[in-house]
Amino acid sequence: MGDVLVFAEYQHEHFPKSTLVAINAGLEMARKRGVQCVVAVLGEKVEALAQTAAKYGAAKVIALEHPALKNYLADAHAQALANLVKSLGAEYVMATATARGKDLMPRLAARLDAPMASDIITINDDGTVIRPMYAGNGMALVEMDGPVKVITVRSTAFDAAAESPNPSPVEKVAAAIDQASLKMEFVTFNEIKSDRPQLTEAKIVISGGRGLKSGENFKTVLEPLVDVVGAAMGASRAAVDAGFVPNDLQVGQTGKVVAPDLYIAVGISGAIQHLAGMKDSKVIVAINKDEEAPIFSVADYGLVADLFKAVPEMAEEVRKLKQA
Amino acid sequence: MKILVPLKRVPDPATTIRILPDGSGIATDNVKWVINPFDEIAIEEALRIKERLKTGEVVLLTIGQSNWQEQLRTGLAMGADRAKLVLNDKPLDTLAIARVIAKIVAEEQPKMVILGKQAIDDDSNQVGQMLAELLGWPQATFASKIDIDGDKCTVVREVDGGLETVAFALPAVITTDLRLNEPRYASLPGIMKARKKELKEIPIDSLGVDLTPKLKVKELKAPPKRQAGRKVESVQELVKLLHEEAKLI
Repeated sequence: MGDVLVFAEYQHEHFPKSTLVAINAGLEMARKRGVQCVVAVLGEKVEALAQTAAKYGAAKVIALEHPALKNYLADAHAQALANLVKSLGAEYVMATATARGKDLMPRLAARLDAPMASDIITINDDGTVIRPMYAGNGMALVEMDGPVKVITVRSTAFDAAAESPNPSPVEKVAAAIDQASLKMEFVTFNEIKSDRPQLTEAKIVISGGRGLKSGENFKTVLEPLVDVVGAAMGASRAAVDAGFVPNDLQVGQTGKVVAPDLYIAVGISGAIQHLAGMKDSKVIVAINKDEEAPIFSVADYGLVADLFKAVPEMAEEVRKLKQA
Repeated sequence: MKILVPLKRVPDPATTIRILPDGSGIATDNVKWVINPFDEIAIEEALRIKERLKTGEVVLLTIGQSNWQEQLRTGLAMGADRAKLVLNDKPLDTLAIARVIAKIVAEEQPKMVILGKQAIDDDSNQVGQMLAELLGWPQATFASKIDIDGDKCTVVREVDGGLETVAFALPAVITTDLRLNEPRYASLPGIMKARKKELKEIPIDSLGVDLTPKLKVKELKAPPKRQAGRKVESVQELVKLLHEEAKLI
């Protein structure tokens, strides 16, 4: 049986929580299969980053280096990672289902002629996995055959790996890449800068829906509450479709999946596609003027009210609490 | 420029999905079937590229049963030129689907394959990326803007934390995200014309592709249901509960 190899994604020389989730899921798979978990950090010069990844209990961390890996591009990364999988004889290759994980891992799977399970939420002792389908309306028990299996994990379904007292050994490996075969060019990354917490990492998320009526109202009505609470801001697909906010904020089946301690849905009716992205939140609050809205069927606390009155009032109440 | 748009037939997003008690799948009675919404965006984008370049052909492709013709006809009514239906009634995994599409690509030689980033039934988000690798082509997933200048293609992608731009020479595989465009409705003349457009059926076994699934869904279960909590009367009560009971604010 081969080892588990985890793809460690990073941004600005930093591992987000989603990467620590992938490492933890990799450690769990390795434990259940009785094998070792190896972590791979890909880039031009990534030894220092690999030393950071070495804090989380993997058997080994590989700094897989090549000038063609300077920026993330699917073709070069898939090739480098596939060659590493082959040289290690790894059986499971795992990453988190972030935008990058979703982009890279299927390409890798095709290169390795391997099956792939997306966005899994459970690893069973026999190596089978469970993943949601139909916007979370169905939970599928999935079995994969073949010498290599590729998996992305749902970031909310596993904890982040904890720091271990014994750092993993770090090995520097020159990536095997046929540069003549590379066809993609990185042009730019326009980062949406925000002082707020990351949507997928925040303890509290406040999302707005079509009920907000305009992008302007997201700014003037919702944002003051988001900021006084110290929350991340999200949105329903309807609000994104209507052009109120960028797609980056979308919570749901086709956007981000979040599971914060507290999720406040404002002016969101609660279509199944939205629930798919937030129903595992610990506490759900819904504010909606339609008392029949499906969002109330999953809310721990429901307030039937006009959001344009209730949200500023709530911001004021929280402000008073914080000053007290 | 010839553009191939692979599409999938899925339950309408507004349909309530019911899981069969024996765990073998979903109940399909009373399900309204539609083109996967992200594939509809792909058809629209292909049509817009053809309109912008004032030349080219948009070819639709699906892999399914005879009645999947309905969705191909809808796409033809939107304005696509012709369609291929690969007839299949066995379960296929994503890699087999990508292989079948790759086979059709070899026949058709399109400059671009554009398809939805995910199908809203199995939510895998894999086929486009797998296809790109099988073909040795560049890929741009989650596209929100596509510019074409001769053979050069520049795509803006929706990624975590912002927008990424990548560039490459065609041919390439592109998968669509939500904000790429808003698909048109089929017009009445479009629907009339679609009836006469070429729709070719191809038995899957004639393609000589390895279809053995390496991924199997053994069982499909309904998820545990979350219980509704209680209604509160006022903002003051809500904030008090969140502060004192839930200790979250």
